[in-house]
Amino acid sequence: MNKGKRQDPRFKIAHREAIIGCILAIINFAWWYGFAYGLGSKPPEQYTYILGFPAWIFFSLILGTLLMIVLVWIVVKYVLTDIPLDDEENGVDDK
Amino acid sequence: MNWIVITPLFLFLVIIFLIGIWSNRKLGKADSFVNDYFLGSREFGGLMLAMTMVATYGSASSFLGGPGAAYTKGFGWVLLAMTQVATGYFVLLVLGKKFAIVARRFHAVTLIDFLKERYKSSVIVIISAISIIVFLFSAMAAQWVGGAYLIQSLTNLSYIPALFIFTVSVLVYVVVGGFRAVVITDAVQGIVMVGGTIMLLIAVIIAGGGLSNLFADLVAINPNLITPFGEDGNLTSAYVSSYWILVGVGVIGLPQIAVRAMAYKDSKAMHRAILIGTIVVGIIMLGMHLIGVFARPVLPGIDVADQVIPLVALEVLPPWLAGVLLAAPMAAIMSTVDSLLILVSSSVVKDVYLNYIKPKASEKEIKRVSVAVTAIIGIVAFILAISPPDLLIFLNLFAFGGLEAAFIWPIVFGLYWKYANKHGAIASMLVGIISYIAIYQYNSMYGDLLGVHAVTIPVALSFVVFIVVSLLFKTDAYEFPSTTNPK
Repeated sequence: MNKGKRQDPRFKIAHREAIIGCILAIINFAWWYGFAYGLGSKPPEQYTYILGFPAWIFFSLILGTLLMIVLVWIVVKYVLTDIPLDDEENGVDDK
Repeated sequence: MNWIVITPLFLFLVIIFLIGIWSNRKLGKADSFVNDYFLGSREFGGLMLAMTMVATYGSASSFLGGPGAAYTKGFGWVLLAMTQVATGYFVLLVLGKKFAIVARRFHAVTLIDFLKERYKSSVIVIISAISIIVFLFSAMAAQWVGGAYLIQSLTNLSYIPALFIFTVSVLVYVVVGGFRAVVITDAVQGIVMVGGTIMLLIAVIIAGGGLSNLFADLVAINPNLITPFGEDGNLTSAYVSSYWILVGVGVIGLPQIAVRAMAYKDSKAMHRAILIGTIVVGIIMLGMHLIGVFARPVLPGIDVADQVIPLVALEVLPPWLAGVLLAAPMAAIMSTVDSLLILVSSSVVKDVYLNYIKPKASEKEIKRVSVAVTAIIGIVAFILAISPPDLLIFLNLFAFGGLEAAFIWPIVFGLYWKYANKHGAIASMLVGIISYIAIYQYNSMYGDLLGVHAVTIPVALSFVVFIVVSLLFKTDAYEFPSTTNPK
């Protein structure tokens, strides 16, 4: 509210990226938990198999890991911003 | 002794030593000994950063204890292990660029340097230094034991000579090369771990007659092995989920991980590290734990969990390849130990010696003290590991939980909440550590409180305490200095 000094503009970028990290973790958890206990809670005789793995293992563990790799790739490629980390070359010149 | 197995392992150790010597050459040229010995002059690129994080984190428990637990408990433990994939991206994104920028401004070399500048409190420095030294030291001793067991199972030497070989090999290259040697060897070791995991997984699946055979065999042994609930149905979803805090997002509070989040060169390095880290953690964790479960039908009747991986490698691979492969857990153990060793040394030297004993020590004195401290710590760990405590994985997790409960909120709030102050931080650290030790003891006697891992409640408690105490003793909003501190 009453910001005495102007904040380093790089901090704004950093804050946004920290929130993205949290969102990724939430997606990761939801997928992991949902498929593991959603598909894995029935008795093992009733499991369906996908590519040789019981469905819960395939979706939660294998596909879940691949999904996170893809999401992280998208975030790294399109969302994260390159900024200098040292103060000397303080060069975020978008204003 | 099986020379075909030992030769590749021996070559691996030689390469590691050469790296140590090469790093020492660069260390001689650096401007500041402390900055280079403990932080490698902040010049690591993406691959190095990712690998050193994974290798530091992936320890004896990911290669020996974890797959061993998967062997007995089945896929429930694989599910639990996969909570660790989050570490690949979470730590670097959340501590992120703000931590890197601020650490540079403060000239912080250790995590404690950061806390000291942010909260301006010597109480925090002392609590932090003590908890790092105590907790990480016990984690390190556990790894020491793991390393000795591994050498023992490969060479048939008795325990103490194996431990001796391990101690000497770790000490030589850490003392000689410092943080730079640790990070570069971590990168080599990380690559060995990934390659080793993939090879062994394929070999185990072939040895077990393919996936459908393996699953049929597992069901024949005990159908619970392929459910998420463990062989006796005891792994509840609440318990497994609480590992998200212990080995997933809570890792942010581990000093050995956090210190790496300020060692990278530029934001490009960090971006690349996030992607590589996630891929590598994913492959290693999924691969090693699948190997653990699949080893059950391939090689039934192994009693000591830590021996599952070495025995299975010797069973399913030609001996020379098993030797190359067993360099992977060896690499994992060494890379964890070396990182912890350098971190404990940095706490003693930077945070205790330079803060309180001799602030005006000359470069030369610092150098001598650093090397001596590293060597002494290593030797003490050796002595303690001579009669080792039994449960490697739990000793290791004990240290993890304690450090997470102590550091997670002072780091996170210190970075992102301007009303975070020293009162809140001190209260939160004390509550975190004390409640963790208390609950840990309670759980080991009466079973898990609320059915979750001991770390869960202390992390929640220290969160609440931090906010309440910070607001109770409210101080002015904190602004990070807008320019770099003069040195």
